[in-house]
Amino acid sequence: MADIAPTAGFDRDTFHLIEKDGHDGGHSSPVLLGFWIYLMSDALIFASLFATYGVLSTSFAGGPTPRELFHLELVALNTAILLFSSITYGFGMLAMEEGRQRSVQLWLAVTALLGIAFVGIELYEFGVLASEGATPQRSGYWSGFYTLVATHGLHVTTGILWIGLMMVQVAKRGLTLVNKRRLLCLSMFWHFLDVVWIGVFTFVYLLGMLR
Amino acid sequence: MSASTDHADGELHAHSGGELHAHGEEHGHGSKKSYLVGFALSAVLTAIPFWLVMAAPLANPGLTAVLVILLAIAQILVHTICFLHVNTSGEGGWTLLAYVFTGVLLLITICGSLWIMYHLNTNMMPGMMSAQVGAAP
Repeated sequence: MADIAPTAGFDRDTFHLIEKDGHDGGHSSPVLLGFWIYLMSDALIFASLFATYGVLSTSFAGGPTPRELFHLELVALNTAILLFSSITYGFGMLAMEEGRQRSVQLWLAVTALLGIAFVGIELYEFGVLASEGATPQRSGYWSGFYTLVATHGLHVTTGILWIGLMMVQVAKRGLTLVNKRRLLCLSMFWHFLDVVWIGVFTFVYLLGMLR
Repeated sequence: MSASTDHADGELHAHSGGELHAHGEEHGHGSKKSYLVGFALSAVLTAIPFWLVMAAPLANPGLTAVLVILLAIAQILVHTICFLHVNTSGEGGWTLLAYVFTGVLLLITICGSLWIMYHLNTNMMPGMMSAQVGAAP
């Protein structure tokens, strides 16, 4: 017991020292820029999935076509939910700037609930599509569709888990410098997912209905 | 032990109050106005393409598709500026540089793949195959 306490204290100091070190370059933070570059690499993953979807976009193998099965009302609802979640997260960041911790927690909770609604509706949509014969193994088109859309959904799910973790972090330690930086990274991640969704609802759903 | 911890915390707070705040002004979270403007523009730029496809006011699907794509590009730009706060001054312009670089790679990946696969499909049509087989001895 006596052994553990100093070690924990040491760890904590080292942790902060490293964080401080990473932040002393004036107004630019290598953490935020690094996270930004990670997001750009993630964008390239989505680019390859969009390209795959595009290449397979007419490979129906006699199976159902998107035009027959898509329900644009659901997609419009999901788009609205994700857009609202972007602005609720934005309000959370403004509250963070003003140091209002309870407000930050509230906006994080609202954002997480909107995210859960989004994923729930998406899973419901997948269920409906599958029940109508459009499973991932039905044709090249549906393989491409599920890979692209579900990868985005998986990112949103990860974002929800991350919001949950940040709510615990903020509750335990408050709006420290480290937590603020993590919330900034999560902000970029969440808004980035919204940008990817613009590509999904445009190229998959809207153009799919026009084809 | 506790004294040193307090000291570290105090330093951290001073640090956070001064530097992160000053730096926060120019990167990361923008203002209430930028979020509201971004939200209003996005709502409009989302509603129009959905209306164009669901109500089909234009008879020409090709024209509708072009409009929908243009609106998507406009909305991506709105999100980038109002929500992601990418501008020439943020992180000394490095975020903008990475963003533009990624955009170029993205276009090459998507357009290049579609272009190649389209020609591959065209050149491997079953009709062409049988013509070649027929010509062979």
